[in-house]
Amino acid sequence: MLENILYGASGVENGLIRGIVGVIATLLFVSLNVLFLIWLERKIIARIHVRYGPNRAGRYGMLQPIADMIKLLTKESIVPKDADKITYNTAPWVAFLFALLPAAAIGIATGLISTNISVGLLYIVAVSSLSTIAVIMAGWGSNNKYSLLGAMRTAAQSLSYEMPLVLSMIGIVAIVGSLNTQNIVAAQSHAWLGIIPKWFIFYQPLAFVVFFSAVVAEMGRIPFDLQESESELVAGFHTEYGGMKFAMFMFAEYTHLVVGSALVVTLFFGGWYLPVVSGIFANMGYINYIVQIAIFVAKMYVIIFILIWIRGTLTRTRINKMLSFGWKTLLPLALINIVITGVILSL
Amino acid sequence: MDEEIRTEEFILNIGPQHPSTHGVTRLVTRLSGETVLEIEPVIGYLHRGLEKIGENKTYEKFLPLTDRMDYISSMTNNHAYVLAVEELLGIEVPARAEYLRVTLSELQRIANHLMFIAAFGADLGAWTIMMYGFREREMVLDLMSMLTGQRLLYNFMRVGGLKEDVPLGWVSKVREFLKALPEKLEDYKAYFYNNEIFLDRVEGVGILKAKDAINMGVTGPNLRAAGVAYDVRKDDPYSYYDRFDFDVITEKEGDTFSRFNVRFNEIYESLKIVKQGIEALPEGEVIAKVPRIIKPPAGEAYSRVEAPKGELAFYIVSDGKTDKPYRVKVRGPSFCNLSSFPYYAVGDIIPDVIANFASIDIVLGEVDR
Repeated sequence: MLENILYGASGVENGLIRGIVGVIATLLFVSLNVLFLIWLERKIIARIHVRYGPNRAGRYGMLQPIADMIKLLTKESIVPKDADKITYNTAPWVAFLFALLPAAAIGIATGLISTNISVGLLYIVAVSSLSTIAVIMAGWGSNNKYSLLGAMRTAAQSLSYEMPLVLSMIGIVAIVGSLNTQNIVAAQSHAWLGIIPKWFIFYQPLAFVVFFSAVVAEMGRIPFDLQESESELVAGFHTEYGGMKFAMFMFAEYTHLVVGSALVVTLFFGGWYLPVVSGIFANMGYINYIVQIAIFVAKMYVIIFILIWIRGTLTRTRINKMLSFGWKTLLPLALINIVITGVILSL
Repeated sequence: MDEEIRTEEFILNIGPQHPSTHGVTRLVTRLSGETVLEIEPVIGYLHRGLEKIGENKTYEKFLPLTDRMDYISSMTNNHAYVLAVEELLGIEVPARAEYLRVTLSELQRIANHLMFIAAFGADLGAWTIMMYGFREREMVLDLMSMLTGQRLLYNFMRVGGLKEDVPLGWVSKVREFLKALPEKLEDYKAYFYNNEIFLDRVEGVGILKAKDAINMGVTGPNLRAAGVAYDVRKDDPYSYYDRFDFDVITEKEGDTFSRFNVRFNEIYESLKIVKQGIEALPEGEVIAKVPRIIKPPAGEAYSRVEAPKGELAFYIVSDGKTDKPYRVKVRGPSFCNLSSFPYYAVGDIIPDVIANFASIDIVLGEVDR
């Protein structure tokens, strides 16, 4: 009985131990990446801005995220007088939770996945759209007009970008015939002539454009960072937050960045497969795992770099333009993509 | 479920602590969702009573305070003030000083417009452009600090001329700058004029028509963006501006993009003037013979200059008995440009109002004085 609970009835797939290890591993993977990302983003943005960026704490300022965290942890926790206490205080944790949950269904190597559920993609989409709730909670709970406007923008934004995001995935799902992320990556593991990888970006370029735009919008980054646009709404939904609660929002934001880019890599860039390299290490046991993780993380950071680059280059869109872009451009493109994919698959 | 969803308008105070108020001002906006129904600028947070202080200080001692009005372009403030006092005294300024005054005013204009581009970028979310703008402005500030010892508040002009002659090597530094800046400006062009998102943010936003602009006393680049070729440097030349060859930049639409465009292209015109200024720089004194105690005869003087932000004028009355002005009145361009802002910003959504507000390029030190 106990063995069944711990190791699962059908081998190691559903056991409690595997579950706990998976949760800790996911948390660790995301947290470490977030800590590194905070430094990386500040450094890259600084170079784009012709500045130096953090360069005091540790070598190349690499301890800056830790210094920031200590600072934020030791700050006084202030709650605005007329805030809705419960909503206000729980919002940062809800934001963090919903940002982290999608990571559970994304693998970083063959079999290295927290919960290998068959409807992985559906789960990711469902859970990630919940993070809007946290933003609305924060906006409403703060009892601040800027926060409220930011939250309203977020609601409108995620409504109009959720649809193209989901629809742009359908082409891939149709090709693979599965919603499982492991299967999706496995379907991209081959190569033409042994060199050109069969990644879905080559099969679904239109879907990639739509998906990438929608992911940027979902993350709330420039050019779509309207929910917290500094020059208009001060800090948007987290205007009233300070100290640890603010840190949680920042953490959630960077988690979105990690998870979003991991999703892009999984769906369009062949996950942990790289032609030639993957073939060499294919039968080397643990070394193969390490190589796969390295490939995955490397691809992820290429995507993250592009996202940071975009942030350093573009200006902010305005809200009405952004919404019409979502409904009038991305949504039709996603639908056209589905039609084209369907026609080609049925031929 | 036939209950109607009730909505209500609400008042949002943009400022006084807000990232894009360019100083300390407050825009009381009445919102319906994101749409702005009414704007009321509340000013006075930076009021220091400079005009009144002017009545209690001698003519020379008020000069440093003029720096502190439009602190982004203090050289033109100096210029306007000394022109008024010189008119009262009837002093002839040496040619070298006049050429340098024009050159310095135009360098100041370049610095101001670069600062405008930086702030404009920041308000649109383009932080890179903000850093770029400050970097290029630094070149002008380096020239200014070499000349005056100050980076911001120069206090360099004097009644009758300038504080001192330019230091050795300054002119060649200016030549280097004249060569370096246009290369850098190419980056700006690439950034702004091919950027779909930027153009969408600014084109057709906050249209100020020429007739309204004239009626509401809007001057400077904001007026020229509306299509009125009015420039004090051309229409009522002071110093030696009539000896210089430059164009008055105008646009037609009067929207946010035109206002940006006018300023951006004025940088090139200012570079032209600076070039002519240092080429034609004659030898000689930089200050005329001025009595130690300035005690103008009874009378009044009104001087106006084309400051980077618009028409800046000083009205000074002397009673002829003391060495202090009887009355100092300043006509600041930022004040008039701000007071007209609510009329053409209403009806837009918040992001447009912010872009529009950034494009009129005001500085609150001058609005409040």
